[in-house]
Amino acid sequence: MAMRYWRAAEPKRSYDVVVVGGGGHGLATAYYLARNHDLTDVCVVEKGWLGGGNTARNTTIIRSNYLWDESAAIYEHSLKLWERLEEDLGLDLRFSQRGVLNLAHDLGEMRSSLRRVNANALNGVDAEWLTPAEVAAFCPVVNVSPDVRYPVLGATLQRRGGIARHDRVAWGFASVADRLGVDIVEHCEVTGFVRSPAGRVTGVETTRGTITANKVAVVAAGHTSVLAAMVGLRLPLQSHPLQALVSVLLTPVLDCVVMSNAVHVYVSQADKGELVMGAGIDGHNSYTQRGAFHLIEEQLAAALELFPVFAHAKLLRTWGGIVDVCPDASPIIGPTPIEGLWLNCGWGTGGFKATPGSGWVFAETIAKGEPAPLALPFALDRFTTGALINEHGAAAVAH
Amino acid sequence: MLLLPCPWCGLREEVEFRYGGQAGIAYPADPDALSDEEWADYLFMRDNPKGPFAERWYHVHGCRRWFNLVRDTATNELLAEGR
Amino acid sequence: MPGPGPGRRLASGGAIDRTRTLGFTFDGREYAGLEGDTLASALLANGLAGGFQSPLLGRPRGVMSAGPEEPCAFVEVSAPWFDLLAPATMLRLVDGLAAIPRTGVGRLPPPDASAVAARPRHAHVETLVVGGGVAGLRAAREAAERGDRVLLLDERSWLGGTARSFEQVEGRPAWEWVEETAAALRSAPDVTLLTEATALGLYDAGYAVIHERSRPVEHLWHVRAKRVVLATGAHERPVAFAGNDRPGVMLSGAVLTYLDRFGVLPAERAVVWVANDAGYATARALRAAGAEVVAVVDARREGEAAAQDQARADGLEVLAGSVIAATDAATGSGHVSGAFAVGPDGQRIRLEAELLAVSGGWNPVVQLHRAIGGGLRYDPARACFVPDGGPTWLSATGAAAGEVPAAEPVWHIAAGDGDSSALSTSLSEHFVDLQRDQTVSDVAGALDAGLRSVEHIKRVTHIGTAADQGRTSGTLAAEIVNQLLGADPGAQGPTGARPPWAPLPYHVLAGPFRGRLFDPVRETPIHPWHVAHGAVFENVGQWKRPWYFQREGESMEEAVLRECAAARDGVALMDASTLGKIEVVGPDAATFLDRMYTNAISTLPVGRLRYGVMLGLDGMVFDDGVAMRLAADRYLVTTTTGNAAAVLDRFEEWLQTEWPELRCWATSVTEQWATIAVVGPLAREVLWAAGTDVDVSTAAFPFMAWRDGTVAGVPARVTRVSFSGSLAFEVNIASWHGLQVWEALYAAGQPFGLTVYGTETMHVLRAEKAFPIVGQDTDGTVTADDLGMSWIVNLRKGDFVGRRSLRRADLTRPNRKQLVGLLPQDTAALIPEGAQLIDPGSVGASPPVPMRGHVTSSYRSAALGRTFALALLEAGRQRHGDTVFAFDARLTEPIAATVADPVFYDPEGARRDG
Repeated sequence: MAMRYWRAAEPKRSYDVVVVGGGGHGLATAYYLARNHDLTDVCVVEKGWLGGGNTARNTTIIRSNYLWDESAAIYEHSLKLWERLEEDLGLDLRFSQRGVLNLAHDLGEMRSSLRRVNANALNGVDAEWLTPAEVAAFCPVVNVSPDVRYPVLGATLQRRGGIARHDRVAWGFASVADRLGVDIVEHCEVTGFVRSPAGRVTGVETTRGTITANKVAVVAAGHTSVLAAMVGLRLPLQSHPLQALVSVLLTPVLDCVVMSNAVHVYVSQADKGELVMGAGIDGHNSYTQRGAFHLIEEQLAAALELFPVFAHAKLLRTWGGIVDVCPDASPIIGPTPIEGLWLNCGWGTGGFKATPGSGWVFAETIAKGEPAPLALPFALDRFTTGALINEHGAAAVAH
Repeated sequence: MLLLPCPWCGLREEVEFRYGGQAGIAYPADPDALSDEEWADYLFMRDNPKGPFAERWYHVHGCRRWFNLVRDTATNELLAEGR
Repeated sequence: MPGPGPGRRLASGGAIDRTRTLGFTFDGREYAGLEGDTLASALLANGLAGGFQSPLLGRPRGVMSAGPEEPCAFVEVSAPWFDLLAPATMLRLVDGLAAIPRTGVGRLPPPDASAVAARPRHAHVETLVVGGGVAGLRAAREAAERGDRVLLLDERSWLGGTARSFEQVEGRPAWEWVEETAAALRSAPDVTLLTEATALGLYDAGYAVIHERSRPVEHLWHVRAKRVVLATGAHERPVAFAGNDRPGVMLSGAVLTYLDRFGVLPAERAVVWVANDAGYATARALRAAGAEVVAVVDARREGEAAAQDQARADGLEVLAGSVIAATDAATGSGHVSGAFAVGPDGQRIRLEAELLAVSGGWNPVVQLHRAIGGGLRYDPARACFVPDGGPTWLSATGAAAGEVPAAEPVWHIAAGDGDSSALSTSLSEHFVDLQRDQTVSDVAGALDAGLRSVEHIKRVTHIGTAADQGRTSGTLAAEIVNQLLGADPGAQGPTGARPPWAPLPYHVLAGPFRGRLFDPVRETPIHPWHVAHGAVFENVGQWKRPWYFQREGESMEEAVLRECAAARDGVALMDASTLGKIEVVGPDAATFLDRMYTNAISTLPVGRLRYGVMLGLDGMVFDDGVAMRLAADRYLVTTTTGNAAAVLDRFEEWLQTEWPELRCWATSVTEQWATIAVVGPLAREVLWAAGTDVDVSTAAFPFMAWRDGTVAGVPARVTRVSFSGSLAFEVNIASWHGLQVWEALYAAGQPFGLTVYGTETMHVLRAEKAFPIVGQDTDGTVTADDLGMSWIVNLRKGDFVGRRSLRRADLTRPNRKQLVGLLPQDTAALIPEGAQLIDPGSVGASPPVPMRGHVTSSYRSAALGRTFALALLEAGRQRHGDTVFAFDARLTEPIAATVADPVFYDPEGARRDG
């Protein structure tokens, strides 16, 4: 194996930037800080093993067909980065633009899907509307019979959407960031923040000692609120378990990504052969990384409505991640009321696809000391002005 | 699936309930007197601890009564029951 | 083609029924086994040691285990039922079983091959015991004696686990003890024993999910237990060495199981290799069965274990301080033909044998414990991980708790020279995960590349991720990582455990909740009439609503124009029963509703109705409906069809959690009432013809009033309310009278040309009047003012839900999107709903193109004789008369439209009186 991964760095006492969270978004942030902004005096601290949180636990769907301009802009920027990421990172990410279908099952969903397709087209995001017959032609295993409880009335298709191998994304960002001089420190949990007398955050206390920094960037997904609480900051975030599941390996049966909000399915078949599905989000707050089993049962009942051919597929593994969800199902990116502390969180159920874009705009925001244009609409103050970016329709239960 | 103590019905499966988030966020006595920031704080800002959390549940598919309890979000262990 | 093997059925012994022969096919050939066999034991008895292949490298593989840990012998079953992928070791042999070997990759059958049945079952017990071996049976007996309700399950088809016929339990021969104990349990009042049942996972508060592979109907059990006892035993662990994957290399306990339980001798000549005492029983049993035991190779040094000398005293050859470093194979079958032992001084000898029974030690089966948050602790004496911590309701007993033989930590024999720290490329035949074809070389490669965590190693090699759930590879991989990194044994443990414990079919999890049972269907009392009269239905939430009524030879467009014309110019009926209806009752009902709606409901006189809008706390339109005052302390409010439950829940939440002092109660009455809208200038004539004692004249029955009386001989509450702009009455009757009154009104209306209509016509009619539909013309980001309905927001009446949000910056900015009408400049052009609105100067521009709004509703109007649309448009109310273009990706070019006031039909309101 010619591949070289990242060093096991010993943390220095001080850095320009400390990134808290060694998942995809944190590592992408560190990479783009180094690559785009020549900031290499950067340390990523991760409380567990690198990429072991939501990066390792998602269903790897990549798309940018969001309704609102602000979302489309950041997700499309991300998708464009995905399209050259294997080259950038020098690693096969199994990035496969196999097309993402979003099914519509009632007239209301048809209207909102068409609205989204049209908005996407005008925003330069590839989008098509497929009739049920076209859905069947594109993905023959979807049941488009009108005689089911919620028939497929059509679908949007983003051909540039697809999947990638989640682990490799984290490893790729880590490895290249490492070579650019970023220190990546695993098994290093932040236990507190260092504050100046004026209240500015000037570093982090960790299980491996105090690390000071000019800027501290928190990219901790489900644990963001826990870190924010250490500096007395309350956020519009709630952490919920979200489950995913895979089947045993199967011979090829599904060559695109299919998502359905109404019937609640999102599924693809990974390159190895397992069907990868997401299940529902648990309603209650929890950090247990395990969800309720009835959500798995409901998910598979829904899956068989759409894919009768999956009846004999076997469930191999289920697991849970902890998603941090905002009231408008959009992320928070930018400064906080506390000087020196920067936040990138609230990606909820849809963070994987945003990984490079999120890192890119967050790095720009940190480096320049002000929100990047693509990040500006996602600032924390939208909860005060009311300028929410309501992506419940697009994000809904699936993503 | 959690097993939740409805104060009126006893222990019931989680599927009978709807979650109500953090307990004790009272509707402001005079919303008009609040600044936009204070109003946003009421509307959106919530505790989200890893550990004991006072929260609200609604027995929607049962007696349809709201109640509070304290649950450890790190373990799902129930720490206190309430009304 | 199965490879020939050396196994055979012994003349006696085993827990099989030699009088009952079962025919089966394997890979297309016919064989016979016995009642009590597994497919694996029957294969071995037929001399089929191999017959399987490795997935990536295509190496010959055979049965390695006798239980769920099997990594190699996977089959697809096509008869008598279908099973995508199952270990042959766990398949109880049945007559007619047809199986073909699979490499660990399943092949889905076409959907019509899916005749399957699975049912959920539920149980509540004080004690759930997972595992029906001796420890589990004891735990169940103890619980039953305590008076507990008990459920005990075992994934095998028998109870007793790995109890051997020659062992004693409580002074009784083990198998007799098992039988007696099980019989006693079965006769106890609240004890259930399940076999072929797998505990898939444990969840919060003693919740367990169990897959019972009963046939032909499988069961998915949902169990709530006060206590769960894990008696899941231990799995024997292989060792990584060159050629450790060949057919004929088996776990030593498995060899003993085949001999003792199935009366099957896997081969006539064997080497037993142990790092603990357990393998000696296998050696003795092999010899007792007539096999030649070439040697017992014991990794422990000479004199380190008493078992060595005891074995020698029994005449067994023991090579102490020795390991097996490699095997070789017969050409052709790939079956083991010899094993290379390396002695304490490095001397290497070849031992000729067709069976190599390996015991690297025992891993307690703790996956269920780990998946519910339990930890692990390394036990150096036993060289294994034992359960630690976990929820209070969970305990382990027997081998699962760590009661396994002491063992030498032997994980990996490097390169045949006994020096386990040396890495070399020859490690590529030292298999760690046989089902993923991953070797020590792959692990070493990942470490060389800089990975250190077993979680990363797992993800780069896929060790432990196959259908065998890594049962033989998980701990082995972790310990090899520890060894290669120079860390102590146990420094890193196996990767996290993730349920289910054994794979199971999706259809079992879905159970009966498919097709019609996937989601309940709600139908109005009039539904059968709609079905009989050509209704095309629309799903609205769970409701089936007539979308339009299609006549022979008519298109949808024609049907809707016909229905609209009837409602505008004649008379038409619509079933409005799905509207949500909530009674709000109590002395404080008026106060409460004033706080829920944007306008004053308290000022509504008894006998009258008032339209109302509710906001979310964020100030956005949440729902609308009509409030009807039935008495000073009694209202009936309607909601949109889709929001009925949400509105009631919201009422309950505010009443209970914020204003418990209000004496006010809310009750859903949606299904108590059927509601029939009689719409059109001839509505009165139809009511008269049907017979009513309500004076429906304009003078006596004003708009937005209600009257009690009878219609068609049935007690009815008639309201004058219009969602169409035409004269309309809504006749509310008890739901059991719904169909009868509908039929009476329909019959009475025939002389007047009465037509029935569905939701599409309802939408057209209301759109002509710019009555918004929540969820279609709004999307959670629209205020009442955006809809041109600031008149309904009474900021002076006091606080109401959402009021404070209305003065936030974003809700008061001037360029908010506002509801407008659009008139396509080509009067026949129908703008697709969902079209985006762009400026004339943006037509043909390349992206990103600024969007000014979007079309929410769009129809052909019979009344207007043209098409029209509703849209949300930036600062739209200031733009009446402007031209905008409606963009739809499917159109060749955008449609030009003129912005207009959205009220197109009867803006003066003259038509509502008929």
